[in-house]
Amino acid sequence: MKSNIRQSPILLLLTILVSLFIICPALLSITSGLEENYSKGWKSGFTLRWLRDVWSNYGNTVTASIAIALCCVIGNVLLGVTGAYALARSKSKLSIWFEELLTLPVAVPGLATALALILAYGQVREFRQSFAFVLVGHMIFTLPFMVRTVAASFRRQELIALEEASATLGAGFIERFFSILVPAALPAILSGSLMVFTLSIGEFNLTWMLHTPLTRTLPVGLADSYASMRIEIGSAYTMVFFIVVLPLLWLMQFVASLADKKYGT
Amino acid sequence: MLLVCIAPVVTFFCAFWLLPIARLLALPAEKGWEMYFVVLTNSKYLMSLLNTLLLSVLVTLLTLIVGGGVGIFLARTEFLGRRLLISLLTLPLSFPGVIVGFFIILLGGRQGTIANFADDMGWGRWTFAYGFLGLFLAYLYFSLPRAISSYTAAAESMNSSLEEVARSLGASRLQVIRDVWIPELAPATLACGAIVFATAMGAFGTAFTLASKFEVLPISIYNEFTNYANFSLAASLSIALGLVTSLTLALARRWSNDPVIG
Repeated sequence: MKSNIRQSPILLLLTILVSLFIICPALLSITSGLEENYSKGWKSGFTLRWLRDVWSNYGNTVTASIAIALCCVIGNVLLGVTGAYALARSKSKLSIWFEELLTLPVAVPGLATALALILAYGQVREFRQSFAFVLVGHMIFTLPFMVRTVAASFRRQELIALEEASATLGAGFIERFFSILVPAALPAILSGSLMVFTLSIGEFNLTWMLHTPLTRTLPVGLADSYASMRIEIGSAYTMVFFIVVLPLLWLMQFVASLADKKYGT
Repeated sequence: MLLVCIAPVVTFFCAFWLLPIARLLALPAEKGWEMYFVVLTNSKYLMSLLNTLLLSVLVTLLTLIVGGGVGIFLARTEFLGRRLLISLLTLPLSFPGVIVGFFIILLGGRQGTIANFADDMGWGRWTFAYGFLGLFLAYLYFSLPRAISSYTAAAESMNSSLEEVARSLGASRLQVIRDVWIPELAPATLACGAIVFATAMGAFGTAFTLASKFEVLPISIYNEFTNYANFSLAASLSIALGLVTSLTLALARRWSNDPVIG
């Protein structure tokens, strides 16, 4: 089908323009983080000075973001995988309803969820001022991605048959869960985890409301540097974000293609 | 056993989303019922809502047209590095909105590349980052990758024999677009359009970074809450915004098979 339809030159031109529009700013933000002076361009010489400044000013936001994203994944695996199993096997109307409800935090703007959390728990000072407050927001927002991906995998017909067979052979629930269900759903759990991790690392709308000066994440630090630092520092910091996120995205695509090969779609 | 499995997630969800949101929904009522309609009755917030709607509609329309064209091109043309290009074009899906705002500042801000270029040419420092145009370009930037990825997928599975027949019967380019492409891509268009629109309505980070003179609803909500501690007003505005985005997405899921949205 790719052969016999002549390509329109207008579409070619459009694709080139759009590619430039999307790729150039990203490249610009990388080069300008390495230049001595942004307005003078590369002629001013290259330096790692801005990256060092970023590390000394905002280094802790990078570790905080990675730690929060990891906790978010662990929390959502614990809550989500068991929950997904129950949703996949339950036939009650209530569970369908709950699955719908779970996706609402994605449909509603992050600002609303953050406001609600602050109104409800803002007075609990220990909680409000800890990273746990940000973590809870991230978990609520990313939970549906884990639950729905894993539940879809648990709903596969051959898995239901396999589970029934092992039950008639006398395997208890715990045994079935860990030796059949979890291994079978592993690719889904893995791709859900990577999705949760990436979403958590990049989350800003919720986090900006939930953070305190002592609980800043990478995107919060980015917004702060854009507003108060030189443009070169903002660029260098943006580059740090790319360095953290890009390997994850490639890993995600790799896992997806692996799962595709193994199970087909 | 199923109950034991579902209990932790239900508890967590109720404690940290359902109950807080119920409280948010009830909050404006303390100031009287008219508080719920403040977005329509107060001209300042109505303006902000209309700004947001206008921006989101325009961004959605242009995104669908441009994304559709690029998607069709990428789906049908075989060239070296095609996979790489597609993955580069969809990369911005995982950027926080603040980064997209910063990109526009790099291009069209006071020290931006375009401002410097225009200055060198003797046209004066041309800055567009902080007004409607900057916001529009930024929203286009984070919307296009989604449209490109859904249209590429949809166009790859499009039946090309229909188009060949149409062409051999003498259909013009415009007729092919109108009678073949648009109907074939209609499901992708509706689903993707709804998602792009809802995302644009609720986007906060980008407008926040650009500190735009063109005020959108998420920024109004943020200002009411943080700068004026006007909680019930902020709650009322976020209910209005949440209604628009969740209704749009509820429509979208009829046409989409995205595992989360659909």
